[in-house]
Amino acid sequence: MHASSRSLLALAIAAASAGLVPMPVAAQETSAQESKGQGAASPAAAPGDTHIGLIYRPQPAPSSYDAEAVPDDEGVAGARMAVRDNNTTGRFTKQTYALDEVALTPEQGRDAAVAAARDLASRGIRYLVLALPAAEVLAVADAVKGEGVTVFNTAAPDDALRGAECRANVFHVVPSRAMQTDALAQFFTLMRWRKMFLIVGPNEADGLYADAFRKSAKKFSLKINSEKPWTFGPLARARGDTPTRAEAMVFTRGLDYDLAVVADEANDWGDYVPFRTVDPRPVAGTQGLIATTWHPTLETWGAAQAQNRFRRQAGRLMRPLDYQAWAAVRTVGEAATQKKTADPAVLVPYFADPAFGLPAYKGVSLSYRPWDHQLRQPIVVAQAKAMVTVAPEQGFIHQRTPLDTLGVDQPETTCKLR
Amino acid sequence: MSRKKARMDVKAGFGLAALAGALLGTAAPAAAYTVYVTNEKGNSVSVIDTTTLTVTGTWKTGRRPRGVTVSKDGKELFVCASDDDRVDVLDTATGKTLRSLRSGPDPEQFILGPDGNPLYVANEDDSQVTVIDIEKNKVLAEIPVGVEPEGMGLSPDGKILVNTSETTNMAHFIDTTTHQIVDNVLVDARPRFAEFTSDGKTLWVSAEVGGTISIIDVETRKVTRKITFKIPGVTDEAIQPVGVRITKDGTKAFVALGPANRVAVVNAKTFEVEKYLPVGQRVWQLAFTPDQKLLFSTNGSSNDVSVIDVEAGKVVKSIAVGLLPWGVASSPN
Repeated sequence: MHASSRSLLALAIAAASAGLVPMPVAAQETSAQESKGQGAASPAAAPGDTHIGLIYRPQPAPSSYDAEAVPDDEGVAGARMAVRDNNTTGRFTKQTYALDEVALTPEQGRDAAVAAARDLASRGIRYLVLALPAAEVLAVADAVKGEGVTVFNTAAPDDALRGAECRANVFHVVPSRAMQTDALAQFFTLMRWRKMFLIVGPNEADGLYADAFRKSAKKFSLKINSEKPWTFGPLARARGDTPTRAEAMVFTRGLDYDLAVVADEANDWGDYVPFRTVDPRPVAGTQGLIATTWHPTLETWGAAQAQNRFRRQAGRLMRPLDYQAWAAVRTVGEAATQKKTADPAVLVPYFADPAFGLPAYKGVSLSYRPWDHQLRQPIVVAQAKAMVTVAPEQGFIHQRTPLDTLGVDQPETTCKLR
Repeated sequence: MSRKKARMDVKAGFGLAALAGALLGTAAPAAAYTVYVTNEKGNSVSVIDTTTLTVTGTWKTGRRPRGVTVSKDGKELFVCASDDDRVDVLDTATGKTLRSLRSGPDPEQFILGPDGNPLYVANEDDSQVTVIDIEKNKVLAEIPVGVEPEGMGLSPDGKILVNTSETTNMAHFIDTTTHQIVDNVLVDARPRFAEFTSDGKTLWVSAEVGGTISIIDVETRKVTRKITFKIPGVTDEAIQPVGVRITKDGTKAFVALGPANRVAVVNAKTFEVEKYLPVGQRVWQLAFTPDQKLLFSTNGSSNDVSVIDVEAGKVVKSIAVGLLPWGVASSPN
């Protein structure tokens, strides 16, 4: 296994022991960089330390200029911020946290992810944060189930993981596809945009996104008037090389719709569609108007503080995956503060307890649905430069909480936690 | 557009009538104070005359002004310029910035010692409280606290400072002589404000996301009671308590409820909510005039302040101010 394991120890502890001496910001950032460069440091588990494992696969750097390149610390930077936040609070509760990071290479597949998880579990780690696809989340969860390890899924939106394939030891921070498409559908209903033109990409994930949107359309009485596959390749990625392609433009001709919904989770072509439809129509879905957990323009509910803190620590804007990893690590820290213990036997059952709430810059406390362990949360609906709305929309009511109008509700769930 | 205008007209009409009634019904004329409102996105302070209830001036400040307070002699106005990492000191006679204090990064709220010095500042982005000697412009201490410190309460004798940290969800009790934390009390999610009763025995802490007020016994530092709020037609999620003010006689408390667009009037003896006063949108901070006849609320989303007649328990006027009003403070005389 070539996975490099890194340990980022609580820097906030240093700040605490520094006492009255102001902690220079630059020093903090340097330490983060240094620890990043360290080799396979095994966590010297101090008594009382809660180690949280993180397994992710950084995207390889783009071969040439890419305005939208994914940073190689996507997700992990959010987890690092959460460990610092946990430690700042931990100073007062005598709890300390450390993050054990495992970065997989693009060549390392499911077996490497499972091996990394087993290795972390063998070192006593009881919480694993995964930024991995659905199949690997399942494989890891099953591999470490016997060790009493709890897994946080921060990246796989697959509804199956919350349904037929759900696991008792997995908690889902990332909203399911159903929650994302419900959020959009609620907004379309509010705007009285009823006639949809669904464009579905060639990847399996695109098909799953389209399935979720079809269900949302039915749930909120929208009509999918037309549906077509996207067959023109990754035109959005091509950018300047192929400014326009006639056949891709005319394929929207002669249709009756209020809004085009694109299903392109790989970001290959969805951004090509806005302003290139024959009829002037807005575009939503995986591009255009999107449903997300975090956005650069989110600043209410204290989000501005998180944005600033993140930018200072990571040197870039916070992305949705960073927020999801932050929320996963904060789940452990927040539960430990509320229950005044670091004992997983106490904390894990508490995650899905109605009494547990995670304040996470969304105006309301977030909590895990007991029936499928999905984090219930408001969903940000945004275009590139502005937040447009936050779901659930007013008027969508539910006997428990309006948040449960998003995604699969208890009566419909096919999940049997075990 | 037209709907908004109509709403404002109704409010203004109601306000004028109520104000006229209040003025006629008052034997002794209310003292004239000046109320200062920080406009978070306007980078300014709106100056309000409490006799005419009109804006008499708008002063420029540093970026993202939030916390605001007035010196004991009323001559200087302190404003947290959060994005400029400093506290601006303005001359209340001219509105000009006299000097800036070394507040540490991202000052959000602060409170003056009972003698008018020092100034205790919550540094939101830096998980610390900074103590500043405002005469010497010198940092006396930096006290590490929880994540996103905000609320600042001081016991009437000035001996105990309480800071609330929004993400750590604690009220940190700090000894102002040693500058050490003596205790941490866990409260509900996102504590925004700490207010002592005038006898110093009880502390009220609001929790914006938790939707509650925790009543803390100062001596034992235990939460003895929690106040919750219910408003017909308003979802529980929209009830987000922030600013808290308690009358000097300890009978009444006012709690700003954020996007519920209400200020709750609470019996401070029985802790029962007596009524909800409709104010502008997303109400956060509150300030009494020193005679406690009027209470001002900052309504961030509607860019106005509501004026509440404390005795009558009625909103008497709304006054348009700058963009995103945040903090409010009254002159002492």
